[in-house]
Amino acid sequence: MRLTLTVWRQKDAKSEGKFVTYDAPDISPDMSFLEMLDVVNQRLIEKAEDPIAFDHDCREGICGMCGIVVNGNPHGPRRGTTSCQLHMRSFKDGDAITLEPWRATPFPVLKDLIVDRSSFDRIIMAGGFITVPTGNAPDGNAILVPKDCAERSMDAAACIGCGACAAACPNGSAMLFVAAKISHLALLPQGQPERYDRVLSMVAQMDEEGFGTCTNHGECSRACPKEIRQEFIAQLNRDFLWGSVFSRPKVAGGSGAG
Amino acid sequence: MAAPATLLNSSVGKKIVMAVTGVVLSLFVLGHMAGNLQAFLPNGPAALDHYGAFLRELLHGTGIWFVRAGLLLAVGLHIWAYLGLTLKSWAARPTGYRVNDFEEATFASRSMRWTGPLLGIFIVYHIFHMTTGTLHPHFVEGRVYQNLVTGLAPVPVALFYILAMGCLAFHLWHGAWSMLQTLGLSHPKYLVARKAFAIVFTVLVTGGFVLVPLAVLAGMLK
Ligand code: HEM
Ligand code: SF4
Ligand code: FES
Repeated sequence: MRLTLTVWRQKDAKSEGKFVTYDAPDISPDMSFLEMLDVVNQRLIEKAEDPIAFDHDCREGICGMCGIVVNGNPHGPRRGTTSCQLHMRSFKDGDAITLEPWRATPFPVLKDLIVDRSSFDRIIMAGGFITVPTGNAPDGNAILVPKDCAERSMDAAACIGCGACAAACPNGSAMLFVAAKISHLALLPQGQPERYDRVLSMVAQMDEEGFGTCTNHGECSRACPKEIRQEFIAQLNRDFLWGSVFSRPKVAGGSGAG
Repeated sequence: MAAPATLLNSSVGKKIVMAVTGVVLSLFVLGHMAGNLQAFLPNGPAALDHYGAFLRELLHGTGIWFVRAGLLLAVGLHIWAYLGLTLKSWAARPTGYRVNDFEEATFASRSMRWTGPLLGIFIVYHIFHMTTGTLHPHFVEGRVYQNLVTGLAPVPVALFYILAMGCLAFHLWHGAWSMLQTLGLSHPKYLVARKAFAIVFTVLVTGGFVLVPLAVLAGMLK
């Protein structure tokens, strides 16, 4: 198949970018989207041109590195699919495809289609963890987890932190990502001790990073390769409401039994 | 790391303020709509005038001021949250996409930021028109029914009221649906019920409101 690619090219974080159009003939429908870009890049390299920079790592839909906005859809037109798992059979011969990087202030473009997603790492650092004692691994069945909670927690934990939700959101809001991380832990007994501190800290960090605010459009779940559901945003809102209304002042010291 | 969020200094908290004040305003418009429909009673003129007098004399005349203060607070907080949240969202996406493909967002959800301010303008006009009479050429204090009919008789005024109710319809349609999610009250089990609730509430409120200017235009209320 033959495609026309219109790609955002930007030399580095400081340069102005622009769209450049490339003709891409002889593309096999069996290629993945990233393999198609590899082929296009190989041809650019042979012409001594700068190849199109894009992020990728596992290429099997689990690491969350890849991410390109394809014709206005983060990760392309197929639901529940990362850019790396998208195949060219999702397109037709002669298609014009526009490739853009994630667009959000907290995701600055580093080069072409690559953005810096450290803002997500800082949101996780603010509270996306549980504090556990070190030592031997605890007995797997020592803490009971209701089946339904385990299932929903796993659904939320499927988030790979790719950022497509914030890229898709007309407000540039990262609520789906934060909601997935909050819900993953809020639904498990192990997440309870820090449950309300976690939501307050992660939301504060999300705001500080400069993400936009959720208006319940629902575009995030549509773009999410792991199909994280809107119900997790309701879980975040519920925990935030409870946590912010009933939080108590922190007790100083707290040296425990020592 | 940022200090932990609180209700009033965070995006999620402001959104909750927006939802709570939105509920207050929604209940108000529901009640206001029901009050207006008294114009269609057989003794419409008297019923509406009595209703107006009842509201003004509630709790020896203090009642209406409590309600007004509450509504002013609700509108004020709603607009305060609107400004904070909207500016933050605009700042989060200074460079847009060349190609946009919205699949889940609706016209109603995407127009909230415009239907809101339009409603704000309408509310100010409406108060100067029907409450104080400043912008009403034939205003007579206390003659609620007559003020309504003469006020809505000019076609442009009636059309403006109808347009405002169109804005309210879109605002409520997304708002009633969205507010349950914001308050954490939504649940996958009740998704259909939640969609139905938003539609029924919107049709009821805006339908009830819009009947009045339509009836005046049609010469049914005079
Ligand atoms: C009759 C008056 C009004 C009523 C009944 C009303 C009702 C509501 C409701 C129920 C919500 C849902 C809250 C949520 O999404 O959680 C809402 C949201 C909103 N309102 Fe209003 N509102 C009114 C006036 C206004 C005004 C005057 C403005 C702006 C100046 C405004 C701007 C907004 C915005 C921007 C949202 C958030 C939209 C979103 O999150 O998608 N509203 N309103
Ligand atoms: S919620 Fe979905 S779209 Fe957002 S970061 Fe996680 S996997 Fe990506
Ligand atoms: S490259 Fe790992 S998810 Fe796509």
